[in-house]
Amino acid sequence: MNRAGGAPTRREILHAIGVMGGASVLYQAMATMGHAAETQFAGPPNLSGARPGASVLVLGAGLAGMLAAYELGKAGYKVRIIEYNNRPGGRNWSLYGGDTYAELGGATQKIGFAKGNYLNPGPWRIPYHHRSLLHYCKAFGVALEPFIQLNHQALVHNSKAFGGKPQRYRELAADWDGNVAELLSKAIDNKGLNAVMTTEDGEMLKEALRTWGMLDKDMRYVRGPASAARRGFDRPPGGGVDGAPIPSDPFDFRDVRQSGVWRAFAQHMGHERQTTMFQPVGGMGMIGQAFARQVEGKIRYGAKVTKIDQSGGAVTVTWTDVASGAVETAKADYCVCTIPLGILSQIDVDVSPGMRAAIAAVPYSNSVKVGLEMKSRFWEDEDAIYGGISFTDQPIGMISYPSGGMHSAGPGVILGAYTFGPASYKLAALPPEQRIAAALDQGAVLHPGRYKEQFSNGAAVAWSRSPFTLGCCAQWNEDTRKEHYQTLVAVDDRIVLAGEHASYIGCWMEGALLSSLDAITRLHKRALEA
Amino acid sequence: MKTIFIAALLAATPALARDAPPHPGAIVYLEVCQACHMANAKGAVGAGRIAALAGNGNLAYPEYPIAVVTGGKGAMPWFRGQLTDQQIADVIGYVRTHFGNRYKGRITADQIAALGVKAPPRSRE
Repeated sequence: MNRAGGAPTRREILHAIGVMGGASVLYQAMATMGHAAETQFAGPPNLSGARPGASVLVLGAGLAGMLAAYELGKAGYKVRIIEYNNRPGGRNWSLYGGDTYAELGGATQKIGFAKGNYLNPGPWRIPYHHRSLLHYCKAFGVALEPFIQLNHQALVHNSKAFGGKPQRYRELAADWDGNVAELLSKAIDNKGLNAVMTTEDGEMLKEALRTWGMLDKDMRYVRGPASAARRGFDRPPGGGVDGAPIPSDPFDFRDVRQSGVWRAFAQHMGHERQTTMFQPVGGMGMIGQAFARQVEGKIRYGAKVTKIDQSGGAVTVTWTDVASGAVETAKADYCVCTIPLGILSQIDVDVSPGMRAAIAAVPYSNSVKVGLEMKSRFWEDEDAIYGGISFTDQPIGMISYPSGGMHSAGPGVILGAYTFGPASYKLAALPPEQRIAAALDQGAVLHPGRYKEQFSNGAAVAWSRSPFTLGCCAQWNEDTRKEHYQTLVAVDDRIVLAGEHASYIGCWMEGALLSSLDAITRLHKRALEA
Repeated sequence: MKTIFIAALLAATPALARDAPPHPGAIVYLEVCQACHMANAKGAVGAGRIAALAGNGNLAYPEYPIAVVTGGKGAMPWFRGQLTDQQIADVIGYVRTHFGNRYKGRITADQIAALGVKAPPRSRE
């Protein structure tokens, strides 16, 4: 695109560098300009040379805490982890058959899933560019498998489109692209784009639109071999006498717009959900288990921290044994505290007033996840949906089909709700069995005649009632970042905070790990300088 | 579907199944506050604590619940901008007169407008 006069665009500069210096120069230039670099992970920190006898108390056995203990232990520190739950992992967690989960308010669920099945109440997918998480998964022997994010065969449901009938993502996506291509082509013909491109550029774009949008020779998106190749057939190609395919009819574009399919595009296009994504074989909780093996014997479970003091040249942590009520204390030279801020703000913490204000300034989001075990994998056997996500405008938000154990016989667990915003509060207000019932009612709209019929048992986790977090994730905004973030992450004498809340990759495991690596690197430096 | 969902919510709260038209704040409590503060408004205790609203002395001063609901507190997010000032007034009025609380004085949307914390800028995070 040549624009008369004016400075070259960023894209033009990059193109010029690419042509002249080759791909590696281009990559370097892009990284310098803030694109293409996908992680701040530069490898494990390789800390060493801790002063003899130096000790660290780590609060919280989630990923941030266990990584801190692992790396500081390697550096020579004596480490101990204090954890509220009776298991490692924190929000990295899978619920399996036989597990029991008691939420705040007292509702207790005994999970009835078949062997091998699970619900990931917290994180459930790993972007390919979360390099620190991938590094430690490999180092700690966590087997990964692909997580299917985008599935063209999955459904998009909008109660206000197509009379409430769910449609295939494939058909809606094809029709969206086709119609947009046709409209844009018309705009070029009508000289509607003359202000931004030359006639020659317009002609080139039209050729691209023809291929991209599956348009016919007259630049129309219509029923025919071109559109059918993307959206599918009324009668698919076969063999023998009736082998010839019959194309399908595109939907009315008004219906396609009304379906909100563009919201589903946006879901898949976000950098954090682009191909390839991963999940651990056997449930996300496998990561927490693997981290825990690296710090075996160092975790004190069932301990509710009540006070963190750093007077007198040491850190003293006081906790209550959850089972017995007994009060205990431990002393160390330093402390890495990964307790979620909503809980930490209620604990007597001996840090600067600024850090206390920062701890109190960050609210937590809510989310509800419901796992529904189905007796058969009808979505695979009958619908040819293998993994991926169907979207709906109902409160459950989406249905996700399991990416593990695909094409096997027997029961599978569908993620039957993953809610955000107001829907989370509504669903969390219900007792677990009614959350499951609501998820069944709403999910049945996408798979009528199968969903409720094949259901055998479920589990529902409302993060607002999670005893160990009081919510899902830290919610920063521009103002709180400006006012509190640097204070929150600074080393406060002998204490440093870590966790997803102390990162700019909030709500992701990668944020917890990068925060932890950065925190312990600075703490170690401070310890050596002391 | 929405109706079924509300019906399920209402069924989960016996106090609301009575015939009398519910307090305008009751539905807000049900759809927002109950997720944390529980159906009986007694809150809960785990690693941290969710405040009990039942029999809560802080509610004597309208300024207190107005500041907390509009501005948030600790893990609790702000609800200014997500609920209307009228909804916030309704739910505060509801909590101040239910769950063992018998505080006098109507709470109005004007009070929320005058005393409430301004909603922070919408975050893209």
